[in-house]
Amino acid sequence: MASLVATIHVRPGLSARLWTFARRNPTIVLGGALLTAMAAIALVAPMIAGDPRLMTPTNRLRTPSAEHWFGTDNLGRDVFSRSVYGARISLVVGLSVAIVSIIAGLAVGLAAGYYRRLDGFVMRIMDGMMAIPAILLAIALVSLNRASIWIVIVAIAIPEVPRVVRLVRSVVLTTREQPFIEAAIGGGSRNLKIILRHILPSTIAPLIVQATYITASAILIEAALSFLGAGVPPEIPTWGNMIASSRLFLASAPWTIFFPGAALALVILAVNLMGDGLRDRLDPRLARRM
Amino acid sequence: MTAYIVRRLLSMAPVMAVVAVFVFLLLHLAPGDPAAIIAGDNATPANIEQIRKALGLDEPLWKQFLLWIGSLARGDLGRSMFWNDSVTTLIGQRAEPTIALACATLLVAVVIAITLGVVAAARAGTFGDRLVMAFAVVGFSVPVFVVGYLLIFVFAIQLRWLPVQGYTPLAEGILPWLRNLVLPSIALGLAYVALIARITRATMLDVLAEDYMRTARAKGVAPRPMLLKHALKNAAVPIVTVIGIGVALLIGGVVITETVFNIPGIGRLVVDAIARRDYPIIQGVIIMFSGIYVLVNLVVDLSYTLLDPRIRY
Repeated sequence: MASLVATIHVRPGLSARLWTFARRNPTIVLGGALLTAMAAIALVAPMIAGDPRLMTPTNRLRTPSAEHWFGTDNLGRDVFSRSVYGARISLVVGLSVAIVSIIAGLAVGLAAGYYRRLDGFVMRIMDGMMAIPAILLAIALVSLNRASIWIVIVAIAIPEVPRVVRLVRSVVLTTREQPFIEAAIGGGSRNLKIILRHILPSTIAPLIVQATYITASAILIEAALSFLGAGVPPEIPTWGNMIASSRLFLASAPWTIFFPGAALALVILAVNLMGDGLRDRLDPRLARRM
Repeated sequence: MTAYIVRRLLSMAPVMAVVAVFVFLLLHLAPGDPAAIIAGDNATPANIEQIRKALGLDEPLWKQFLLWIGSLARGDLGRSMFWNDSVTTLIGQRAEPTIALACATLLVAVVIAITLGVVAAARAGTFGDRLVMAFAVVGFSVPVFVVGYLLIFVFAIQLRWLPVQGYTPLAEGILPWLRNLVLPSIALGLAYVALIARITRATMLDVLAEDYMRTARAKGVAPRPMLLKHALKNAAVPIVTVIGIGVALLIGGVVITETVFNIPGIGRLVVDAIARRDYPIIQGVIIMFSGIYVLVNLVVDLSYTLLDPRIRY
């Protein structure tokens, strides 16, 4: 009998718990699954796709077929291979921009929120930076440097920093009024310890949500930069420069534009869905409103 | 109120000063010699020296900065290096298509977005509401140029209802002007509509849950005036705020839309300047667009008093 009692009290199995999570958070799961699939495809690109730079002039602008799933472009390059490799740039830029801008914004935001003397000065600078249209700022930064993926990442991250600073600062301002901070100050904790041990943790949940939105917007801006000819070096296939180099063939070979365009929209949609789902779970104050 | 407007106008000054310093530093703190980068890979030393002179890069940094701020204060954005003309003149020549596109998009997008948001909130939980919400998420995720080429392919190439690309000045008649603006406005406005519709729905839902809405319903106010007069008026402040913040989307989008639809506006001016490394144009347009953004949001701030009499300055 003892064994029977034990089985009744056991927690539901892993698959059952996953199923409950999926039913309660359809957007996180749908977005996450799409994104995981994209990341997996990008990771194993050399195994599933041919050389994205191989030009076969005899094979120009072929319609999608068993041999070329997404057709070929005006230089006879395989659109499927190029789309698969393009996922690498989008995902790497999206994630890197989120990481860089969150770290920079976190440092500045914690300092501005905690040390009140810094606050006015820092926030005026952030106001000014936020007034500059992100795409134009990125264009200016990229066009002044030799094209490389690092410059693109930094150029997209800089305009995102003030938004992170504002978010972190507002969290710090509400957290620092809590009694436990007073207790920590009274207990003689040093400032750095108060910031890292007591204030930093409350910024994590909103920052995770913010990071997903930054990723989505970074992927969008990277594609726009590549499209405008101010992105990564043109020999690297990206969804943006694929669309740009095929735009004269829209009427005769629409697949050269629609496949990278659909991939781009799908990835951004997946990240945004995850962001909405995470916000609903992690930030109930906002969740009710949207 | 006048005192408040003056004070707010003055508060623009530090923000614009930060923008100016930032744009100045972009050029001067970039690694390497800016003159050499602008000159490009095939430049001779003489070319580089000429560019250095033309941009005043041979002066000490503090002097360059004072000159730059001084000319900005006089409304002088410098001279283009490719077109032998001042940047303000070039912007002036290209202004009409950009203003037409931006205003058409703004007007249509705001009307559609608020309608969608109000209808979705009024029928919260129904299929129509879900459709609007799904549209808001998808519309915010599809890049301007992808929507643009999709629209061109369907409505211009396949159906032949509208012109593929280009711009017709307003002076050549309202109808051709409008026909050229339809597709670019839809492409540019999609993300903007999605953003505003979403905020409108969320704010309306908050307002509809208020006690005075229940009172209005109880005393028999008809549904339509109740939604528009009682609810939408009270939801106006957050909606107008997002309309102002969202102008950043429009400004970034204009640059791309004009490239997709081959519209000879300010956005195209910048994109052409990238390839030619015509840096004064890029700097000048950034300053101008930033100024417009700040100004729009100032107007939004000032409109709060009109929208909500409880807000007084």
